Amino acid sequence: MMTCKQASKLISQSLDRPLSWSELMQLKLHLMICDACSRFKKQLNLLRVAMQNIRTNMENNSAITLPLAAKARIIEQIESDQESQ
Amino acid sequence: MHSNVHDWLNEHGDYLYRFALARLKDTHQAEDAVQETMLAAIKHNNFAGDSSVRTWLTGILKHKIVDMQRKLIREQPVSDLIDLDAGEEGMDDFFDKTGHWLDKPQSFDMPDHALEQSQFLSVLDACMQKLPSKLKVIFMLRDVHEIDNENICKELDITPTNAWVMLYRARMVLRKCLETNWVKG
Repeated sequence: MMTCKQASKLISQSLDRPLSWSELMQLKLHLMICDACSRFKKQLNLLRVAMQNIRTNMENNSAITLPLAAKARIIEQIESDQESQ
Repeated sequence: MHSNVHDWLNEHGDYLYRFALARLKDTHQAEDAVQETMLAAIKHNNFAGDSSVRTWLTGILKHKIVDMQRKLIREQPVSDLIDLDAGEEGMDDFFDKTGHWLDKPQSFDMPDHALEQSQFLSVLDACMQKLPSKLKVIFMLRDVHEIDNENICKELDITPTNAWVMLYRARMVLRKCLETNWVKG
């Protein structure tokens, strides 16, 4: 029987690579009898969804804007680049 | 040509900046990424017209962000990586000798309520900032940029096993940090 340590490693790896058939079977068996690892699996799934949410929230947050100084600097940089060509 | 840049910056500058900031988590780097994007956009000026200008610029920006991440990684001492590779042992904080959880994972859910949800996300963000920099970078590449493992290994010049161990470690630390710092209700 797989230990929790082994199971948690496979749960994490399942987010990064396809598990082999035998890994998958052993993990399923373990999860059937282990609440702690089942919760761990849910935590990792939630973590992934939350990361996507953080990103989307920031991308859509119109309160965050490119600082005017940066905008001016970018334009200045481009103009001096073009003059030197 | 010049007026293009003005238009691009006015119409898409804020969005591009937020896009970069969401991934680089650093205002200076995000500004630089937008600047690099504008320079590349002018230089190549290969807007195909079969997508929106924003999609085109975002595509350029994505490459710039990955370039910057790669540079950040290169500046880290390689020994940081080796340490982690040694480490099944690195999981001793979480498991006893027989492979049982020292502290069993608790259940936590992302709250439905918008305000609570944003609190949850800021706790997660703070937890992420506390990750050792190398773990943070690989976790960002994988779960924020959604770059596949094969490419991450290529970028970082590490083996798939290295990558799995580091991602496992990063996720383990993050979920523990969330458990500790996200107190429900």
